[in-house]
Amino acid sequence: MEEFLRILTQSAGEILAPTTAAYAMAAIGLNLHFGYTGLLNMGQAGFMLLGAYGFGITLTTGGSFWLALLVAIAAGVLFAIILGMPTLQLRGDYLAIVTISAAEIVRWFGRSTLWQQWTGGASGLQGRFYKEPFQELSFLPDGRFALGPFEYINTGSDSWWTRIVAWGLVALVVLFVWLITRSPWGRVLKGIREDEDAVRALGKNVYAYKLQALVLGGAIGALGGVIFALPAAIVPDSMGRTMTFFVWTILLLGGAATVFGPVLGSMIFFAAYMFMRTGMRALAENTGVGDFITTTNVEQIGGMLVGVTLMLLVIFRPQGIFGNKKELAFNVR
Amino acid sequence: MSDDKTVTTTAASSLASVASRPGAPKPNPILVADHVTRRFGGMTAVDVDHLEVQEGVITALIGPNGAGKTTLFNLLTGFDRPNTGEWSFQGNSLSGKGGAAVAKAGMVRTFQLTKALSRLTVLQNMLLASPSNPGEKLALSWLPFLWKKHEAETTEKAMEILARFKLDTKAADYAGSLSGGQRKLLEMARALMTDPTIIMLDEPMAGVNPALVQSLLHHIQALRDEGMTVLFVEHDMHAVRHISDWVVVMAEGRIVAEGPPGSVMKDQAVVDAYLGAHHDTDLGDDSLLDPAVLARLEAEEEKR
Repeated sequence: MEEFLRILTQSAGEILAPTTAAYAMAAIGLNLHFGYTGLLNMGQAGFMLLGAYGFGITLTTGGSFWLALLVAIAAGVLFAIILGMPTLQLRGDYLAIVTISAAEIVRWFGRSTLWQQWTGGASGLQGRFYKEPFQELSFLPDGRFALGPFEYINTGSDSWWTRIVAWGLVALVVLFVWLITRSPWGRVLKGIREDEDAVRALGKNVYAYKLQALVLGGAIGALGGVIFALPAAIVPDSMGRTMTFFVWTILLLGGAATVFGPVLGSMIFFAAYMFMRTGMRALAENTGVGDFITTTNVEQIGGMLVGVTLMLLVIFRPQGIFGNKKELAFNVR
Repeated sequence: MSDDKTVTTTAASSLASVASRPGAPKPNPILVADHVTRRFGGMTAVDVDHLEVQEGVITALIGPNGAGKTTLFNLLTGFDRPNTGEWSFQGNSLSGKGGAAVAKAGMVRTFQLTKALSRLTVLQNMLLASPSNPGEKLALSWLPFLWKKHEAETTEKAMEILARFKLDTKAADYAGSLSGGQRKLLEMARALMTDPTIIMLDEPMAGVNPALVQSLLHHIQALRDEGMTVLFVEHDMHAVRHISDWVVVMAEGRIVAEGPPGSVMKDQAVVDAYLGAHHDTDLGDDSLLDPAVLARLEAEEEKR
């Protein structure tokens, strides 16, 4: 029982974890792409990685926190423009191919020795090089703070300060996305999502709208990368395809084309993911289950189950938990 | 009804002096196309030498399957690119412009396969069509007070048009829940939201039940009576004869005949286009086995 309570607490702790906020942010960006505009971006991790690099490298080379934030956003914007300009005139599938390969290219450049002095190569940028300016901004007193069973230091890597900034940013972006998607601009995006030609026939510059959505969602993805880097290091291999598919799972779990879907999806996803892994580990250690699920396999099985969840969602519940089925069914034409 | 009659005659009277031949000049052309060709590989889908569309009347574009009507539509509205040719609308060249620019210029089209946006509501479909909505600019979209007024006015206008098409009770439903005929109506209503100068309808009657065809025809006539120019592709000859003021006939990519609906159907070129030049030749006739007769028929075919 005590063990079970520990697992529950640990899982609940994930709900407000900085990583959860980072994925929520990336999913909000992807929601602008896929949920509202129908753009198949299969490389959101590339945007995140570029955002993280922009942030980390600016701070390591002596820039201020705010400049670093701007550079991160600019990196996302630039990446979106480079990817979008040639592909958005083509059919949707091409963007998927281009984004997934471009994200891989970014990762391989990051882990190569070519720009090692800035990116740190395969081992990445250590957090100690860039965290200080961020933590200096904290107005929280020294020490620790406990909220129920959740106790973290006030200012540090896995701290209350990181959580406040991360979720504050998420809240701001949610508000912004809510405002723009309920506007006539958001209505045009939803029209494009369904039938570009119909929207074009009404005199709208479809290409410009798609590029705007791609750039905005990409910039938000880059911000997600910044949040992801705040409590950790920037390691290219931890921001690859797996990350992209986690973001997709989160978006489809919460519900595409909803304002809070990505946020709640991220919270539910990480709580469930943690519960599943710690649960399995506890079972493997304490019961006969350990004979066929060893503790060393738990991570792999967890990853597989995420993939299965993604498939089941797409097939049986494309609208996710909070989405509108009439609006989001994949097969209706 | 008698009113209808008089308007029809005035609209048609402007065409009274126009010669019934392909490429005939009109007194007041709103759309002029020259040397428009479109080839798909070795096949020439469209080869229109000269076409003028008279302002303020209903022009029907007819022809057998594969005549190139829809392809011509796509070219003129910027949804396809021609191999050669130029065309102008109200005196301004539109060749090479994309679909959005053509629509902005006042030339708005509908599609053969209806493109009602089924995952938006009927009202949202209508509002989407409103031109120059400030809220559609990303920079202003997050400040509702800048576009609320425009949105309210547009909603009012949309409901008026929907009422005219008897779709006002469906305003809050998803367009996907409408019947095929209602979608055709919605697409036409949506096109009207853009205040077009010329409306181009691609088979507006296809798949619509006969009862609705009547009301659709009335709507199209009403548009003409309001001063709009209508160009439509249609297979339903009754509809064409009933409402059009001028008929353009295409076959194998070319315009083979033009004329008022009453007489153009009797044109030999039209009969040939629809039924084949030798529709009255008896294929069971033994004389067809004679090489001399065959050669004569082939020579006739060449000349055509």
